[in-house]
Amino acid sequence: MSGEVNAQAGFPAAGETEIAQSVRGAFSCALDRRSFLKCALLSGAALSICDGAQPLVAMPLPAVPQKRDDSRFTVEAKFYQKLQNQKIKCKLCPRECTVGDKERGYCGVRENHGGTYYTLVHSRVCAAHIDPIEKKPLFHYLPGTLALSLATAGCNVNCKFCQNWDISQVRPEQVPAEYAPPKLVADLAKQHGCPTIAYTYSEPVVFSEYLMDAADAGHETGIRSVVVSNGYMQEEALKTAYGKMDAVKIDLKAFTESYYKDVVVGALKPVLDALVTLRTMGKWTEIVYLVVPTLNDSDAEFRGLARWIRTNLGVDVPVHFTQFHPEYLLKNLPITPVPTLERAKAIADAEGLHYVYVGNVPGHPAENTYCPKCHRVLVERVGLTAKQVLIRKGACPFCGQQIPGVWHA
Amino acid sequence: MRWRGGTSRRHFLKNCLTGVAILRASGKVPLLEASEQGTAAGKSRVVIARDPQLRDAGTTVDSNRMLKLLDRSVQAVFNLDNPTEPWKKLARPGDKVGLKMNALGGRGLSSNLQLIEAICERLQEAGLRASDIVIWDRDTDELERAGFHVSTGGNRVQCFGTDRVGYEDELVTYGDVGSRLSKILTEHCDVLINVPVLKDHDGAGITAALKNMYGVIHNPNKYHPNGCNPYVADVNMLPEIRRKMRLTICDATTASYEGGPGYKPQYAWKNNALIVSQDPVALDYIGWQIIERKRAEQGLKTLEAEDRAPRYIATAGDAQHQLGTNDPKKIVVVEV
Repeated sequence: MSGEVNAQAGFPAAGETEIAQSVRGAFSCALDRRSFLKCALLSGAALSICDGAQPLVAMPLPAVPQKRDDSRFTVEAKFYQKLQNQKIKCKLCPRECTVGDKERGYCGVRENHGGTYYTLVHSRVCAAHIDPIEKKPLFHYLPGTLALSLATAGCNVNCKFCQNWDISQVRPEQVPAEYAPPKLVADLAKQHGCPTIAYTYSEPVVFSEYLMDAADAGHETGIRSVVVSNGYMQEEALKTAYGKMDAVKIDLKAFTESYYKDVVVGALKPVLDALVTLRTMGKWTEIVYLVVPTLNDSDAEFRGLARWIRTNLGVDVPVHFTQFHPEYLLKNLPITPVPTLERAKAIADAEGLHYVYVGNVPGHPAENTYCPKCHRVLVERVGLTAKQVLIRKGACPFCGQQIPGVWHA
Repeated sequence: MRWRGGTSRRHFLKNCLTGVAILRASGKVPLLEASEQGTAAGKSRVVIARDPQLRDAGTTVDSNRMLKLLDRSVQAVFNLDNPTEPWKKLARPGDKVGLKMNALGGRGLSSNLQLIEAICERLQEAGLRASDIVIWDRDTDELERAGFHVSTGGNRVQCFGTDRVGYEDELVTYGDVGSRLSKILTEHCDVLINVPVLKDHDGAGITAALKNMYGVIHNPNKYHPNGCNPYVADVNMLPEIRRKMRLTICDATTASYEGGPGYKPQYAWKNNALIVSQDPVALDYIGWQIIERKRAEQGLKTLEAEDRAPRYIATAGDAQHQLGTNDPKKIVVVEV
């Protein structure tokens, strides 16, 4: 799943107060998962305008609650293969779940109904915020702008450090959600001054059909789309779904298969393959590496990662080494020491990568973007806020060095 | 509660509706401790009770015969003559008893209605209030599709799915498992009686006692890789499950030997049996053998040959888990 924190209970970051204020301006109140639709209802701004929408404040459930009607969220999946005996094989992610009738895949959000596979989370939004794009983090994509950020339930891996496990590691019916069809999402983004829709928080791989439709709806009104993903996806699905994205952030969670097997419950190679595919597709891509003390913080891993990126993706791909905070099933480890992050950056710098950042450490100088030629500050950041953007026409204003990224709306 | 299909026992319905227990417990009987489960006297007893005449001319299970079949099997587990006494060893008046059934297979292959009905009747005869008994599984809609009618509140046997009350916020962990538990288990059950169905399972090999506990956690989809091993064993080690589990009454009246866990009529057979034990590992081992025999009879490969032998059974019996035994030398099969 995405490493981006959804709940406001997540770790604080510099500039958060200002950001919260800006969010309040857009939605009348700060939006966390539980209050999202309550706010929308109160403001009349968003999803409660949909038929049958209910605020998410009706807990606890009454003694005999009404039956759910999930039909509006249920759409035939795009990436699967029919098998004998009403079974299917999911072709969305490398796990390739074989799913019997009335069963679900590993992600928990796709179900086989009589040999036809369905996503249960189309337009089923369980988390929505207006975030600075820096929170994704995307540092070379429209700095200083906002993204209407949303998620559905579900994930195709099970990271032991997941910050958003309360939405990623649940079935859709276990978390309050609201109906947010693609056009509504696009309209909301426009209405609230967001040039971008971001699919994030849980794992967008599992709601690919929805993000594709929302991206199409957004593009029709001039709104772009970005995805924050683990990249654990089959090539065809990746090309089809993320082909509609304007930028991609991939959580490369480690550089060893053993870590992916034991901590992520996935595999490394398909993620590396996905990064190469994205590069081949020409998608603007940034990489986050969450540094977990003792588990993926050796010099050898940092060096191996940096060399692989240099060789396979090039030196201009931004890499963010971010600080781990104990959560979910990894509460026994400490917060990543800042010197560890700085060591990772030093190794990656030494290997020749041009844009290496330290993340989740508000105020750290490695949050800024520096010109790789003249070393002047080009984008000054504090926490999640881009305080100053000096890049002009995609280049350093001091020495003219081209700075890769998406800089203009 | 109301039952669908006109199969209700008159006394049962009366008791459910009035909430009056038929009999009060005459005195305190020591309850079985969790540590007593399964391996008392060094061997585990697995009772297989059969009744070839269980069904009438059609396919409906006869309620009276089911009650007798249940009595035979449970009495054999406890070596008791009186049909009510075993239930007094399982729960005391005032206890809240959960019957964790399996409703995934719809009407064709879910825990049998008449069996559940018979268990409720005996529990009430043992002094439990109807309203202290809850029939449950993960999803209310699935319960209804299996022929049960939702019942909440009042002086009736309760029947609803976890979707109606949700899961605990707190994660509980053991081994490779980290899950939220159904609030039905944590808030509505002091005692758990497991009422699974004997079925083939495409991923796990078979599903019976141990795997039925996947219906207690919020994230079972995360624990199907690698033939559900070691996850099934780990789930059963979660303290709240292990502490409350008292008995497994596996419904093998209709079982499946292929194509599971969903209901495929072509792979189901009328086995007309119950498999009962306090050792879920031994019960699953015996259930596995029954399915293998049926597969051989049908000319199918063994589960091992299909690379889906239920390895989680051995894991559940290993030194780390000790949930019971899968060693045939330590299992006594009693056929009644």
